Amino acid sequence: MTRTRKLQALLGTSLLKLFIALTAIFLILFLYVIFSRGGKMINWEFLTQSPRRYMTEGGIFPAIIGTFWLTVLSIGFALPLGIFTAVFLTSYARPSWLVRIIRVSINTLAGVPSIIYGLFGLTVFVQFFKFDVSLLSGALTLGVLAMPVIINASEEAIRSVPPDFREASLALGATERQTILRVILPTALPNILTGTIISIGRVAGETAPILFTAATFYTRLLPTSVMDEVMALPYHIYALMTEGSHAAKQVPIAYGTAVVLLALVLLVSTVAIIIRYRLRKKKKW
Amino acid sequence: MVNKSAHIITEDLNLWFGDNHVLKDVNIPVYDRNVTALIGPSGCGKSTLLRCFNRMNDLIPETRITGKVMLYEENIYSSRVDVTNVRTKVGMVFQKPNPFPKSIYKNVSYGLNVRGIARSRIEEIVEKSLHDAWLWEEVKDRLHESAFSLSGGQQQRLCIARALANDPEIILLDEPTSALDPQSTARIEELCLALKDQVTILIVTHNIAQAGRISDYTAFMYLGEMVEFGKTKQMFTVPKDKRTEAYLSGVFG
Ligand SMILES: Nc1ncnc2c1ncn2[C@@H]1O[C@H](COP(=O)(O)OP(=O)(O)OP(=O)(O)O)[C@@H](O)[C@H]1O
Ligand SMILES: [Mg+2]
Repeated sequence: MTRTRKLQALLGTSLLKLFIALTAIFLILFLYVIFSRGGKMINWEFLTQSPRRYMTEGGIFPAIIGTFWLTVLSIGFALPLGIFTAVFLTSYARPSWLVRIIRVSINTLAGVPSIIYGLFGLTVFVQFFKFDVSLLSGALTLGVLAMPVIINASEEAIRSVPPDFREASLALGATERQTILRVILPTALPNILTGTIISIGRVAGETAPILFTAATFYTRLLPTSVMDEVMALPYHIYALMTEGSHAAKQVPIAYGTAVVLLALVLLVSTVAIIIRYRLRKKKKW
Repeated sequence: MVNKSAHIITEDLNLWFGDNHVLKDVNIPVYDRNVTALIGPSGCGKSTLLRCFNRMNDLIPETRITGKVMLYEENIYSSRVDVTNVRTKVGMVFQKPNPFPKSIYKNVSYGLNVRGIARSRIEEIVEKSLHDAWLWEEVKDRLHESAFSLSGGQQQRLCIARALANDPEIILLDEPTSALDPQSTARIEELCLALKDQVTILIVTHNIAQAGRISDYTAFMYLGEMVEFGKTKQMFTVPKDKRTEAYLSGVFG
């Protein structure tokens, strides 16, 4: 009995270790492939210049700027709206039909393939609202894509705030709204940011949603307003790998772009993690 | 008992949580600047009654209330009453210390901030409230540290200070010492006695000895009914009701 148990335990932990090792190996392999092929492309010119000669030379600066603004604007739009929705969803003790419909919609949206978001953005923002193919249309589309994750994270974060805090606040004569703004949201913020970090990575890396709504194949110009078309890192990789006829020159640039995209996502995540860490440290309970 | 002015008085108060009839025709006076203890076995409705006095039961869905709770001349359940106003006049301290995840200072200033009290006055009121809750000396050098850096007993006194900052007329305490060590408990009991000059106190307690030590009046509840109300000394020596006698002698509880 004890021997089989020991054996089982041994087998269990060995298997576990094996899987962990496998995951680590894949991650290392993944980073190695990207960095070994793209790392040598990275230099000052690559990061600060526009592409030249049908994207076979020069840098990727416009794509960096494009992805940066797409990400910032989409999160800037999805975060407040997502938090607002989560507050609405959590402020009802018993779910009404409206809350139920919203919840089903959110969960459905979370599973929709990103190309569908692209079509949605095309129909709604590009054509119906006449924002054309622009930074704005792309950011809104990506924002819609990020919303389910942000809403779910925010809702969970708000629900995990101890009810004691709400009671204490109300018992001191605060209104529901004051309670939400002054106690519940500040307490939930670190966890809300965690959810947001995940969506930043997703938003920055998506190609399909911006395909018809924001991305342009090639522009030397940087966006001057939200109505401009932009280049974007993931779309740039896609373009380099599928268009043009100088594969030998384009493929290394694509890998270099991938390195930059990865670095950018890591950078944003790190900043967000630091902010979250600071907030957590400040308000422990 | 007759010549005291009652601060809060309930009139045929009934409360249901769904189908559960929790409070049954409760009539109880809470006398001005006295300590009133609410005792009774677990589940008899002490907390629920207490939470009627600042309308905290409003938060629980499917709650139905009939009867009146008169705060001076005003029924706090009348439709014209502003609930937030009631809750500033009637402060509450909970069983488990529940300071906000904010600094000590911000905890005490919270009620003032939400009411939009002038910044210039807040500092002074915070200091006074901390003094009144016997916490000032312990925290005056660390006002901007997290409230969670305090001990349990200190946190509970912070919660009392936080309630006092609103300058309430009455403070409700729901077993405020049941999560504390004996020393912190003694300190809060003394504090209650000191505070009754400035504020009316209604305290729920499981601890009969505690009720005896600090209260002027005691109300004994059983299965949602107010069985007996009277001067603590009288009730503890010659209880009128058999059930009170049984409870006080520890037969059930
Ligand atoms: N939020 C709630 N929803 C539904 N029923 C509740 C709720 N809170 C309390 N009750 C019910 O109301 C009755 C009285 O509960 P209450 O908490 O007032 O008792 P209590 O006298 O304070 O008990 P204790 O001494 O254990 O704190 C119980 O039957 C309880 O199940
Ligand atoms: Mg109770």
